[in-house]
Amino acid sequence: MTDLHTIPDFLDRNAAEFGTAAAYREKEFGIWQEWTWADTRAEVHAMARGLIRDGLAVGDHVAVLGRNRPQLYMAMVAAQCAGGIPVPLYQDAVGEEIAYALEHCGARFVVAGDQEQVDKVLEVADRISALHRTYVLDERGLRSYDRTNLVSLADLRASGEGADGAEMERRLGQQGPDTTCVMLYTSGTTGKPKGVVLSHRNIVATSKASSEFDGLRQSDEVLAYLPMAWVGDFIFSIGQAMVTGFTVNCPESADTVMHDLREIGPTYYFAPPRVFETQLTNVMIRMEDASPLKKRMFDRAMALAKRVGPLLLDGKPVSASDRLRYRIAEATVLGPLKNTLGLSRVRVGYTAGEAIGPELFDFYRALGINLKQLYGQTEASVFITQQKDDEVRSDTVGTPTPGVELRIDDSGEVFYRSPGSFVEYYQNPESTASTKDPEGWVATGDAGFIEPDTGHLRIIDRAKDVGKLASGALFAPKYVENKLKFYPEIYEAVVFGAGKDRCVAFLNIDLTAVGNWAERNNIAYSSYQELAGHPQVLDTLQAHVEAVNRSVAEDEMLSGCQVHRFLVLHKQLDADDEEMTRTQKVKRRTIEAKYADLIEALYDGSERVSTETEVTYEDGRKGVIRATLELRDAKVVPVAAKSPKVEVAAE
Amino acid sequence: MLDADTTTTADGRTIGGTVLDLRNITLRFGGVEAIKDISFDIREGEIRAIIGPNGAGKSSMLNVISGFYVPQEGEVWFRGKPRPPMKPYQVARQGIARTFQNIALFEGMTVLDNVMTGRLGHMRSGLLTQALWWGGAAREEAENRAAAERIIDFLEIQSIRKTPVGRLPYGLKKRVELARALAAEPSLLLLDEPMAGMNVEEKEDMSRFILSVNDELGTTIALIEHDMGVVMDLSDRVVVMDYGKKIGDGTPDEVRANQAVIDAYLGVAHD
Repeated sequence: MTDLHTIPDFLDRNAAEFGTAAAYREKEFGIWQEWTWADTRAEVHAMARGLIRDGLAVGDHVAVLGRNRPQLYMAMVAAQCAGGIPVPLYQDAVGEEIAYALEHCGARFVVAGDQEQVDKVLEVADRISALHRTYVLDERGLRSYDRTNLVSLADLRASGEGADGAEMERRLGQQGPDTTCVMLYTSGTTGKPKGVVLSHRNIVATSKASSEFDGLRQSDEVLAYLPMAWVGDFIFSIGQAMVTGFTVNCPESADTVMHDLREIGPTYYFAPPRVFETQLTNVMIRMEDASPLKKRMFDRAMALAKRVGPLLLDGKPVSASDRLRYRIAEATVLGPLKNTLGLSRVRVGYTAGEAIGPELFDFYRALGINLKQLYGQTEASVFITQQKDDEVRSDTVGTPTPGVELRIDDSGEVFYRSPGSFVEYYQNPESTASTKDPEGWVATGDAGFIEPDTGHLRIIDRAKDVGKLASGALFAPKYVENKLKFYPEIYEAVVFGAGKDRCVAFLNIDLTAVGNWAERNNIAYSSYQELAGHPQVLDTLQAHVEAVNRSVAEDEMLSGCQVHRFLVLHKQLDADDEEMTRTQKVKRRTIEAKYADLIEALYDGSERVSTETEVTYEDGRKGVIRATLELRDAKVVPVAAKSPKVEVAAE
Repeated sequence: MLDADTTTTADGRTIGGTVLDLRNITLRFGGVEAIKDISFDIREGEIRAIIGPNGAGKSSMLNVISGFYVPQEGEVWFRGKPRPPMKPYQVARQGIARTFQNIALFEGMTVLDNVMTGRLGHMRSGLLTQALWWGGAAREEAENRAAAERIIDFLEIQSIRKTPVGRLPYGLKKRVELARALAAEPSLLLLDEPMAGMNVEEKEDMSRFILSVNDELGTTIALIEHDMGVVMDLSDRVVVMDYGKKIGDGTPDEVRANQAVIDAYLGVAHD
């Protein structure tokens, strides 16, 4: 099957070979609606003919904006079939961000999920000169809109059904592995987003290699719930789905994801650490409320599972009595728990994007869920390294995916070369040249090293964030932040200290975990802000910071990164305020500039600080919140002392 | 005989002829006159608000429309015919559904089951056939479930479909009550303080749903509401009541400029 080069090629094969098998499903009106591979091909081709009829020219960009829905995935493939380039955008992006992307790629068509997305496009439409037509999937609320250039997706399909297919066939015939498959905007922790151009060769090669690596098969099921604009979703829900022919399930709404997960029981599952963390927090909260008998059964089963589960997963020797006890625990506690989590059938589970806490990681492995880590980025079509089934660890990201070469340069930055590495940044030759050298090596921007014994890659931090303290000691904020975030009460942490004599930190509480704790301890609060500033909350967080300091002190290289002072922010860091990226990564520079007064207060030794912060609501309106924050000192372990037993209070 | 005149609103909706005409309604409880000689009409496709200070007789008015109270004097004309005194369930069969000021849901039942009770008027099979799952009963249940699911989708309450209503927060209960009323596929929907006790965000959501019910489903709506901002934004015409009397009637702008209304709300200095 060497003549399959493009996503449309694989669509043809799937329709011919597994025509009656489910390609996409979506829960709607309480029932899972299904499109077989044959249906999918028919839908896609009808939309593609419609697009050509509406004037799509080869190379036109088609932006897709909405939540994960089968018709939107089909619209992306339809754009490919018509010779266009799909550009999925983040559905929660606000007007400005959308305007930037649409303008930058010169989008001629937009496919929007619903009225909310249409409104965002219309708001900026007069600035997007190339924009020709917008299609919409869910027409609710659009009755009074001007419909000249706002057409329903159903009408597009209907117009394509009657259209002649010769032009589409001609355009399909011209496509090859080097045709652009998709353009994805990077979330951009610094500066404006860049459009990453990926060819069919990129997507098909990585999808194939990674599917073979994990033995993915046509009968697998995935749940598509992560943003369509993220490269991972494109690989899982289009790339790997097309290459292996498995089924992609779309949830009913954002609020029903956990419920839909349970109904589908995916066999191949990806989630960022945050999702696993939320699930674990929910389990723990519910166990706190369970009857003493159930709680004891849970504790005992988990203790056994933590000892035995990972060994069983790795195929290591386990005594017969432990095997038997694990089986009993599986039948009484672990099995039902996995079922509640919707993870009973997971054969291959991945997490990536952020470091995952060892406790969190071990919890899922103990249950017998084959959770692994991978390392990747948009420019690599996701996969750079992956963990093999029997080489899973929480502190590394695994060995190179087949076909990928790795290299660490003198400064410690990780470079890779692979068939998946991107073609270019759209209309940005300078950035392309500074990221990808003529030999094809791509800079990841991450600092890391390869473990000599195992060949596993370990990531320390973003290369540009790694700096030096005034003393010359290494400063790697993320290393400390991750350790802080492993505590369920801490949702987000930002550590500062480059060029200074010591480190300080901002913390965000996790409202679910801390709110539950407050309820249990009869602590009344009326707002996030009040809870975040509660003295007992600060005490708890101080204890966590000090524990992290002890752990950081054990690492000789990074012992200077201990947190001397911290504060708990009065608001959650938010992508709408541009403090985070849409993929929930902190934008360090923005935060540093925005909260300069707070950082200064942390360094000048004041005990309290009053501040005003501008916030953006979901609908784009702005407001101001005021707060007086308490600053706390945390005990640190003296850097000179090698023994962690000697502790003194800072200052 | 419906009035033939139709008008089109600024946002492109069509307001048709009179659906419900209240003529000289007087309602007494013993010696207390809750409603004194009030007349107004509700036209097809409009959102009609009834406002007024506490105790003005607004809920009594809604109860007259829904058939719960029978006025001592006056006539209720529905779709061009005088309506004889009726039981509330008979009124419901004519296509009038309502929500209540104090939520009146079945707390122990799930959201879906509550919404399904709104389909009762559309069920034809009897107790026996339903119990035995006989004849058309299964098909009928599937049809009604499909209708209920469309409402659940419309009001975006999929995630609580199987949650017992008693466990829901207040704002969502209000939405479920609206769902149950909509499940009856009413042509006239009566909402008694749909936004009472809600925060700003919940009010915005509810306003959005009321507008889309009116716009997408074409349902005529009569609502009682205290939040003036909401009333003025949502409604096409407003009736103002005070001490059982009608003191104003017209578009939001007309009502806002009406001196009697200003006096009723702000009080009058007696010097």
